[in-house]
Amino acid sequence: MTTPVEVLDIPTRPSAWARFKDTHLFHSFTRDKVAMVSFGLFVLYALAALFAPLIAPYNPYDPASIDIMNSELPPIWQEGADPAFLLGTDAQGRDMLSTMLYGTRISLMIGICAVMLQMFLGVLIGLSAGYFGGRVDSFLMRMADIQLSFSTMMVAIVVLAVFQAAFGAELYADLAIFMLILVIGIAEWPQYARTVRASVLAEKHKEYVDAARVMGFGSGRIMWRHILPNTLSPLLVISTVQVANAIISEASLSFLGLGMPVSQPSLGSLISSGFEYIFSGAWWITVLPGIVLVVLVLVMNLLGDWLRDVLNPKLYKG
Amino acid sequence: MALLEVENLEVTFGLRQGAVKALRDVSFTVERGERVGIVGESGAGKSVAAFSILNLISRPGYISGGQIRFEGQDLSKLSSDAMREIRGNRIAMIFQDPMMTLNPVLTLGQQMVECLKAHRKISTQEARLIAVEKLRQVHIPSPEKRIDQYPHELSGGMRQRVIIAIALLLDPVLIIADEPTTALDVTIQAEIMELLLELCESNNVGLVLITHDLGVVSQVTQKAIVMYAGRVIEQGPTKEIINDAQHPYTQGLINALPQQTLPGQRLNQIPGSMPSLQNIPAGCAFNPRCEFVMDVCKQTLPGFTRSGGCQVACHMVREMKEKAAQEAS
Amino acid sequence: MIAFVVRRLFQAVIVMFVISLLSFSIQDNLGDPLRELVGQSVSEEERQALRDELGLNDPFLTQYLRFVGNALEGDLGTSYFFKEPALDVILNKLPATLELVFGATLIIILLSVPLGVYSAINPRSWFSKTVMGMSIVGISIPVFLTAIMAIYLFSVELNWLPSYGRGETVPVFGSWETGFLTKDGLLHLLLPCASLASIMLPLFIRLIRSEMMEVLESEYVKYAWAKGLSPLRIWFLHALKNTMLPVITVGGVQIGTMVAYTILTETVFQWPGMGFLFLEAVNRVDTPLIVAYLIVVGAIFVITNTLVDLIYGLVNPTVKLAGKKS
Repeated sequence: MTTPVEVLDIPTRPSAWARFKDTHLFHSFTRDKVAMVSFGLFVLYALAALFAPLIAPYNPYDPASIDIMNSELPPIWQEGADPAFLLGTDAQGRDMLSTMLYGTRISLMIGICAVMLQMFLGVLIGLSAGYFGGRVDSFLMRMADIQLSFSTMMVAIVVLAVFQAAFGAELYADLAIFMLILVIGIAEWPQYARTVRASVLAEKHKEYVDAARVMGFGSGRIMWRHILPNTLSPLLVISTVQVANAIISEASLSFLGLGMPVSQPSLGSLISSGFEYIFSGAWWITVLPGIVLVVLVLVMNLLGDWLRDVLNPKLYKG
Repeated sequence: MALLEVENLEVTFGLRQGAVKALRDVSFTVERGERVGIVGESGAGKSVAAFSILNLISRPGYISGGQIRFEGQDLSKLSSDAMREIRGNRIAMIFQDPMMTLNPVLTLGQQMVECLKAHRKISTQEARLIAVEKLRQVHIPSPEKRIDQYPHELSGGMRQRVIIAIALLLDPVLIIADEPTTALDVTIQAEIMELLLELCESNNVGLVLITHDLGVVSQVTQKAIVMYAGRVIEQGPTKEIINDAQHPYTQGLINALPQQTLPGQRLNQIPGSMPSLQNIPAGCAFNPRCEFVMDVCKQTLPGFTRSGGCQVACHMVREMKEKAAQEAS
Repeated sequence: MIAFVVRRLFQAVIVMFVISLLSFSIQDNLGDPLRELVGQSVSEEERQALRDELGLNDPFLTQYLRFVGNALEGDLGTSYFFKEPALDVILNKLPATLELVFGATLIIILLSVPLGVYSAINPRSWFSKTVMGMSIVGISIPVFLTAIMAIYLFSVELNWLPSYGRGETVPVFGSWETGFLTKDGLLHLLLPCASLASIMLPLFIRLIRSEMMEVLESEYVKYAWAKGLSPLRIWFLHALKNTMLPVITVGGVQIGTMVAYTILTETVFQWPGMGFLFLEAVNRVDTPLIVAYLIVVGAIFVITNTLVDLIYGLVNPTVKLAGKKS
């Protein structure tokens, strides 16, 4: 690559960050109370998840700090509470606040990692399909159709169930977090692939892409520098909603006992472990993590809706 | 009494950036059996004018001023049921793109019969007979078979014929046609236009023809209305306007017709483009593109000046007329 | 019609082939049929002899073909736990699950269409805004949590509705036990069906609303207004019929998700259906039962997708079921 070619590089789009700080986005954000509250809550969740080990009053993973005598204590506003446990304790005597902080950390991590995997696969496949076209395209999109026709939940349940049966519950508990990310991540790539492919097809024949090709840039560079930035807003919209869905999927799988073990609980496994105590009146073991989970997912969905309204990208409807 | 009288019509679109006036002070009349052409570039407000007659402007647009009288009735005072009685029955519409106009999941018969049944107490059998008859009138071969087909089984030209047949179903007194041939193949445009003209003439139906094509206007209509940036700038008998246009914009449109150019020559065109409705220049909206622009054009909106049978909104024409009148006296 | 049937059959064969491969590899790798048969106390030589006898040392393809052959005859092995043919065990539980899905589908169709249409026609009314607000909360609550909350509220606190089981059922069509014909059965169906519907309903309301709003902006709807048709005819014939096309497609995909969610609902409500049985089978490593479940679910999947395609073809005239060329 010679320098003159570099200089000739067309002044194309602003960088991803500049696009993100696009004034229209920012202005509608400052005018939309729901978006602001949602974003604020999301930041709060992110911080809580990130600094859970620092904020949490107890370490729920440390068996030494748990006393079974403290089990099923209610939150402090109820009778019979222990002020040492702000939101009460679960059936094993773990502090609810601490387990919920750690649970949020795990749920959010699995959600985000799974979506990153989805995005990686989807963008890679979508770019290839759109850019190379022809047989590659029809093969990859046929794959996407097939993948989509199987319900993610169904596939995840079957695959995880079989793995659990094969590995045995103990070994599975150690691998659960990776298995969840892998299964949720692999099952949902077509959504991304189709959207990226559609954007590529739309952009492919525009003049600046032709110009870049005429100047001898390789396909990799053209895709990375010129086409991918155009897909950012649909990707952002999809990702927000997908993180919400991934968190729901993870919680559902954990509830079925196919996800995170009770010793290292996510929000879903917390709800699951509290379920049987709901009949004896210890509602908080289930209800509190339930609220935390629902608010988190709701916030993501509201942000996704708001982003879609503002950015109004062409999403692939399937 | 004219069939249709539009007086000082004003249409506003309430956008997030503020209200935008798509039509201002539009007035014209259509007599019984008269064919009127509304000409202008896209965005001039022709379609808005057409749709506002039937009060069919979609949100966020609304009629914000003026009057539309049809057979002496003020349409804005009608209830929605009474308005519905006029739509499709007394005034029929023909839309631009026949590929998008017919409902893809209903047969032609269903879409014709429902129109008849909406306005007349009539059995489905009778309605079908009328529908077949009208399809025959627009030269659709074997209409008894076609009537049970879906729109996708017909070509674009065929579909526009069907739409013309639907327009004629209830023997309306006025048809509003919004660029009825623009979306068709060039080869069948003339055919469809001829059919429309023939049917209007033989049934004594009034026609409001919206088009950007002055050529079509000169062939079909008796009166022409030229619009620019939401206003009427010139109107009068089609012959006078085509042969002796007064407004520089109309002259530009006529000069741009291919017939006005010798073979091998470049087509004439009006420099610049029409302003968007959000930032219409002060004074005459055409002033930035006008080769005869004067100072007054940039400040005051020109009123209408009579010139023969025409009305022209142009300062230059007014000054010329005044000068001629002074010299005469 | 023939082309359609052939295409559908081909697809069904492929799906069932994938499922059979998956099932077979599960059966091949999960658990040890020998131990289930004879226990631990048999010598290694006897084991080998038995393995040969059972064909467990045959090449992969032979074993697979034998598996498929047996499956085609309805023989999916014997459940380790129930000591009964696995297929029979699953099919016994099928009515419970199907009734659950049927009830939930009924709720979804009866509510999503009117609510979606209304909020598309009147997007600014407070009722539409409330529906949309509730629907976004609805899609944010996992099915199992809705189910738990419903039990907590209606069974534990208010004590209005039963929290588990199918209640009183009566047999119809021979062995089909239905809960739809007794008051007790219906009461038992209410919470599980509502919970199962809880996440799909808002999804469909939102989908119908957004599709309908798009259709209402279309030229052919504007044209229908210009023809002077009544609003009811325009909304419920011209617009709704076009709205339903994408909704039917999505509905077909969602049926698979719905079957998956029955596993969650059945677990919470101790509903004696296939999903609950499947989870138990997983915990007991009851391989034949797991395989039988997969195959039955695969069959349901193929059948419902065919039905959805048929319905789509009936609504959309541009799809030709007859396969004739125009």
